[in-house]
Amino acid sequence: MSAIKAENLTRRFGKFTAVDAISFEVEQGEVFGFLGANGAGKTTAIRMLTGLLMPSGGDAWVAGRSVRANPRAIKQVIGYMSQRFSLYEELRVEENLDFFAGAYNLDRETSRRRKEEILEQFGLEGVRRRFTRSLPLGWKQRLALGSALLHHPRILFLDEPTGGVDPLARRTFWDTIHDLAAGGATVFVTTHYMDEAEYCHRISIMNKGEIVALGSPLELKRQYGKDTIQEVFVQLIKSTG
Amino acid sequence: MDGPLVQVSGLKKSYGSIPALRGADLEVRAGERYGLIGPDGAGKTTLLRILCGLVVSDGGEVRVLGHDPVTETHKIKDGIGYMPQRFSLYPDLTVAENLRFFADLYRVPAAQRESRTARLLEFSRLGPFRDRRAGALSGGMKQKLALSCTLVHTPQLLILDEPTTGVDPVSRGEFWDILDELKAEEGVTQLVTTPYMDEASRCDRVQLMYQGSSLAEGSPAEVAASFPGRLVRVYTADPYAAAGSLKRTGKFQSVQLFGDRIHVVVEPAQAAVPGVMAIVAQIRQILEQAAIPFTDLHEARPDLEDIFVQRIGEITND
Repeated sequence: MSAIKAENLTRRFGKFTAVDAISFEVEQGEVFGFLGANGAGKTTAIRMLTGLLMPSGGDAWVAGRSVRANPRAIKQVIGYMSQRFSLYEELRVEENLDFFAGAYNLDRETSRRRKEEILEQFGLEGVRRRFTRSLPLGWKQRLALGSALLHHPRILFLDEPTGGVDPLARRTFWDTIHDLAAGGATVFVTTHYMDEAEYCHRISIMNKGEIVALGSPLELKRQYGKDTIQEVFVQLIKSTG
Repeated sequence: MDGPLVQVSGLKKSYGSIPALRGADLEVRAGERYGLIGPDGAGKTTLLRILCGLVVSDGGEVRVLGHDPVTETHKIKDGIGYMPQRFSLYPDLTVAENLRFFADLYRVPAAQRESRTARLLEFSRLGPFRDRRAGALSGGMKQKLALSCTLVHTPQLLILDEPTTGVDPVSRGEFWDILDELKAEEGVTQLVTTPYMDEASRCDRVQLMYQGSSLAEGSPAEVAASFPGRLVRVYTADPYAAAGSLKRTGKFQSVQLFGDRIHVVVEPAQAAVPGVMAIVAQIRQILEQAAIPFTDLHEARPDLEDIFVQRIGEITND
């Protein structure tokens, strides 16, 4: 069974079709890069895949659960990190983890254990009592990812997790993504950094609501006769308007 | 004016017990594009806010267009354009209405208003969208509109705080083409922060900041040339597997991923030609043994991203 499967997934807002019948599958343990131009429909697609927005047509299955029939059931098996990390700035670092553990209905013992594990895994022990708003962006990003991992999700949705993050912190973040994938997690990630696209097993490129290319970075570079994914991306977006 | 547009020396600023700037220095010359790079929390945004008179420093010298930005704000206001990380456009106003609003705010004379607006719509390629609500623009177009609003009063000095974060690669390239035109055609001096090292390479001079002061400064080529040691580069279709096998041998000082390239650092002690050749041979052997396909294994010139990763990585690992 695929970790994620979309079939003609569509979303319209009035007359505007934000996502136009996209289809793809993502395997368990795969790092899948979901690329596209601004306004291409990526965030709308992710909101459907995470059960936050009902499709207008088609369907998608996440861990075998239909986003149409059972959107609530999806939230228990996924971790989601949004563009603007949904952390509580006025809470301390560990209070944010407590809050999300509560939101995921973890029992008291599991919450306590997972909190300590996440603090250690993301190097946040030294700042556990700091107010979240006082942390630099790269640290908030790690806390946001940690919060999304408390309930051991098997599928992770990361929407521009490295936007504005410096080159060193981005590398550390991608090491973590690959560790998670090596542990069997599926990672569905969007980014505007084309070097990061190379770190994905497969990528899709979206423009104007449609997926205009899909394959491994190497396959796409060969198919379009380009040296880099950056060049593939620019050609595809310019040629599809 | 003659002389540098921005002069900063020994600038200090703390937020409570947390220091943001610890003796920062900066000089931006008329007509140049100057880039500030550095990890999160290096103090870049604080520095820009002080220059705009939005934050008061704790000590040190600041001159912007020859004036003190706090006590003489009114004297510099017309000369600078500041685009913060989250620029506030009015989502319910159209592109043209947003421009008119900022023209009112900056009291652009009526006689100049029309030609200036036309020029900015041309620069930003937003002409066809002049009647679209700002809220309905894509991320890249919003940034171009924000830039246009920042330029409506024809400032000498443009201050941009991460203008292309969240912008796709095509729009990002277009945004920087606009900055090039502004520099070439209007001579606008530009001070910019960016997490993208390809953008930093498009600056005349850059400064690498860390914990509120400067680690290195110069043209991108000069800063890159300060790289300690040399570099061997290899292209591979499986960068993670390749980097993993190289790291596991423990033979190399540093193995870094750059998309489908891997950069292996050759320490200064080994940097003579035989040392570099030996490293190339070692890499070849390791990758062949691990059956990882690769191409183009050779020495390469370090760029700004190499310096960033090396210098900041060294400090933060100590």
